[in-house]
Amino acid sequence: MSAGVELDHITVRFGEFTAVDNATLDIKGGEFFSFLGPSGCGKTTILRTVSGFLEPSEGTVRIAGQDMRGIGPNKRPTALIFQNLALFPLMSVAENITYGLRVRGVGKADRRKKADELLELIALPGQGDKLVSELSGGQKQRVAIARALAVQPQVLLLDEPLSALDLKLRQHMRNELRAIQQLVGITFIYITHDQGEALTMSDRIAVMSDGVIQQVADGKSVYDDPKTAFVASFVGENNAFAGTVTRADGDYAVVETAFGPLRGRNSHGLRPGGRAILFIRPESARLSAGPSDATFSSKVKNVAFEGNMSHVFLEGIGKKDVTVTVGRQDGAAIPGQDEIAAISYDPNLGLVLPEGKMARE
Amino acid sequence: MNSKSVMRGMIAFYIVLFFLYLFGPLLVMSVTAFNTPSYPQAYPFEGFTLDWFVKLWNHRAMMDGLKNSVIIGIGVVAIAVPVGLAAAIIMNQIYHRARSLYYLVTISPLLTPGVIIGISTVIFWKDVLGVTDFTKEVFYKGIILTIFGQASFVSAYCLLIFMARLTRFDRSQEEAALDLGASYPQVFWHILLPFLKPAVVSAIVIGFLSSFENYNTTTFAILADKTLVTVLAGEVRQGTNPALSALAVIIIGISLAGAIVFEVLKRREQQKADRAQREAVMAERQEAVA
Amino acid sequence: MSSRAFVFIIPVIIIAIFWAMAKIEYRNNNDPTRKGYFERNGKVLGIAFIVLVAFWTLFLVGLPYLYMIVESFHPQLPPSKRGGPDDILTIAQYQSFVLSKHTEGINWLHISSLGFTIFVSIVVTALNFCICYPLAYYMAQAGAPQKVRLLMLCLIVPYWVNEILRAFSLRLLLASKGLINQVLMWSGFTDVPIDFLGNNTGLYVGLSYAYLLVMMFPLYNAIESLDKNQIEAARDLGAPWWRIHKDVVIPYAKPGIASGCTMVFMLSAGSLAAPQFLGGPRMLWFTAIIYDFFFQNFNWARGAAYAFILLAVCIALVMLLLRLFKVSLGETIR
Repeated sequence: MSAGVELDHITVRFGEFTAVDNATLDIKGGEFFSFLGPSGCGKTTILRTVSGFLEPSEGTVRIAGQDMRGIGPNKRPTALIFQNLALFPLMSVAENITYGLRVRGVGKADRRKKADELLELIALPGQGDKLVSELSGGQKQRVAIARALAVQPQVLLLDEPLSALDLKLRQHMRNELRAIQQLVGITFIYITHDQGEALTMSDRIAVMSDGVIQQVADGKSVYDDPKTAFVASFVGENNAFAGTVTRADGDYAVVETAFGPLRGRNSHGLRPGGRAILFIRPESARLSAGPSDATFSSKVKNVAFEGNMSHVFLEGIGKKDVTVTVGRQDGAAIPGQDEIAAISYDPNLGLVLPEGKMARE
Repeated sequence: MNSKSVMRGMIAFYIVLFFLYLFGPLLVMSVTAFNTPSYPQAYPFEGFTLDWFVKLWNHRAMMDGLKNSVIIGIGVVAIAVPVGLAAAIIMNQIYHRARSLYYLVTISPLLTPGVIIGISTVIFWKDVLGVTDFTKEVFYKGIILTIFGQASFVSAYCLLIFMARLTRFDRSQEEAALDLGASYPQVFWHILLPFLKPAVVSAIVIGFLSSFENYNTTTFAILADKTLVTVLAGEVRQGTNPALSALAVIIIGISLAGAIVFEVLKRREQQKADRAQREAVMAERQEAVA
Repeated sequence: MSSRAFVFIIPVIIIAIFWAMAKIEYRNNNDPTRKGYFERNGKVLGIAFIVLVAFWTLFLVGLPYLYMIVESFHPQLPPSKRGGPDDILTIAQYQSFVLSKHTEGINWLHISSLGFTIFVSIVVTALNFCICYPLAYYMAQAGAPQKVRLLMLCLIVPYWVNEILRAFSLRLLLASKGLINQVLMWSGFTDVPIDFLGNNTGLYVGLSYAYLLVMMFPLYNAIESLDKNQIEAARDLGAPWWRIHKDVVIPYAKPGIASGCTMVFMLSAGSLAAPQFLGGPRMLWFTAIIYDFFFQNFNWARGAAYAFILLAVCIALVMLLLRLFKVSLGETIR
């Protein structure tokens, strides 16, 4: 049984500081939904508001259509996986997993049975009597998930659960979490600052910055069609060229940048005279000349070979380099250091967005 | 001889002197407990005897005092440990502007001379219990007043012990339990109290010992009754008697035994934690390979 | 209303004031994380906590002190006359400290006794500091954890022996027939036994001995938390050992030193056992005077007044010392 979660103009203030500013969105039941953003953007605050540890200063949270105002965390149909897992050190693995059942008055025999079931699910069969301190990081992770699933929540909330694991394990757990979610079918709300996780696991993503939800869409849209400068610069790598719009006709606009006039898709209908940023993904750029309003040149600073692709770093505006990523199969000639190279791109892949705050480096 | 070894020599000499100062009088006294002369004498050692221990056992007043001391100790712990725990929990929840005053009031018994605690306890309860004849008859007794007087500062010890333990409590465990559906009382009984168990044990032991050996407050509050300590004081005031040395030897013996037991338990706990750590490391290695 | 009954109202007023302040503040600020007290603890536990703490702070600590202070402002009356017309507020008890009842003039006997008590306490405090500091430093800086725990245990074990017995053991040592005099006479240092008890040496030693540990622990804790690298740095820069202590260790450990000194001072001034058993016959200990008022004269009012005087003088001295060395009260309590 899974439920949808509605955030209806949620604002959370701590004294003078606004942690979440007018967040409104609808999470569908059974969805794997992620909040993505840098630390301090407000995603943890939203999670704690949904789970009931915070009351919003304004707005309402509804779970399965029911207003959650005044309902404490122990009465909500949610379960939270904490960032530090918060397993109970004085209880065994089985006791941890069935704690939620214990406080609901479920009998010992039934609890034992449920513990065994869940231990099978998380691939730790027969380990119920171990102490938490005897487990590895990944095992603890799975026990935390089992503990949350045992109470059959309608919504499972995950607070950056993979951040403490090392790289290989993290990749493995991504797949596992996705598999568990699809198996159990309940709504997952996942918060992370790692866009790789968000993109690979989620049905939809909400990108947040400074308490404001910048964009809500599925992974592909967030990547290909970012709506704000922040989203464009936070999700994936992106080259940013700031300037003023000189021409706007139909779907395209030309921005006068430090590298000259460059054309891109004008999805926001910006007018001439307005400040804008042209975004070009490193993989969309080519190291060859193209149409005059979609070509510029710069000096190569460094080339980094990364196995299946190479990154070419060229001098950009200020401290940030221009990055061009060349795939192995491209066959294009990679210029050497200090050479001047021509860089071009398909104007359809260049995106003109209103000027705005970008992701911190 | 370079300066470093001179320094080290001086330090060693100082430490020896320090512990001689600390243990010396007790060692001397212990020797007198086994020496025959009726005036406690360490040297010359005239003859080994256990007579003084027997005399101690037959000392009526001291045995009565011992009984009262134990009763009082139990009473004090029964009050002070729950009070200390409640006070520690409230310390975190009290209105922040009232916290300094609250802290001051709860810690003040530790700085107040025992004499004042004893006097104020007697003066106060005499009037309060004197309100009705019944309360005066039943409750205005030395043992009860002593329990009240001692509980005032033993609770402060317990408060400090619990506060120290509470600061190491991981609040997210409380939240996890709530999130899983536990009510706040359930969080208290299932999560907080088990965590505080070591502190409870410390509080009980320290509380009982503090109560047992207290003199300043007890001497005022005990009224007509006696505790072991007040009997002792009376005996010492009247003169010297090797039976007192015998008592000291017994107490030292019990303390040493207690210290050894404590050390053994601590070692065992450490071993358990090490074993769990090794298991976890092994599990991590297996995971990395898989 | 009698002044005694008035005492009960004071805490109620204080609590009411804070309660009102809290209510107003929480109404104005909306803190998203705040949960009500009974919400947080449940009704049963919430009430239990309040009852326990109220019983302690009011009936075991606050009210008895206030009551004693009020009592000190009353004349000494037999039980039948209490509450009657003779039971008036008076400062006679305090006056009796300054003006003697028996001779015309100043009560030098009691005043000098207070002075003597304070003086001895200060000396004992200084003595304990000098004795404990080196060991505290050694344990905090040099020790491996096993060694430190062992030393700790060695320090604590003697204190499990009751203070009376400890005073007794010192008396045995220092008496005319005691071991120390035996050694001194045997070694030819002196021909007649030195009256350690009579000349108050026993008193100083007894008080110092009784409260060694009380000085030891705050000192140890304070020095232990000092980052060892700072000492290393000072040594690297060429500072001699006494400068390291003067400039680095002691300023850092000031709150711990203040805390230890305060406790030793107050415990020493309020001590009964050591002065009773180890003091010379000509010595008059102020706290013993209080004891006598209670048990010899049954003059509880006067005893209460003198107790309050002792407390006030001690606190005043402690606060003065803290101010002098620029330590705040909050730091010492830690």
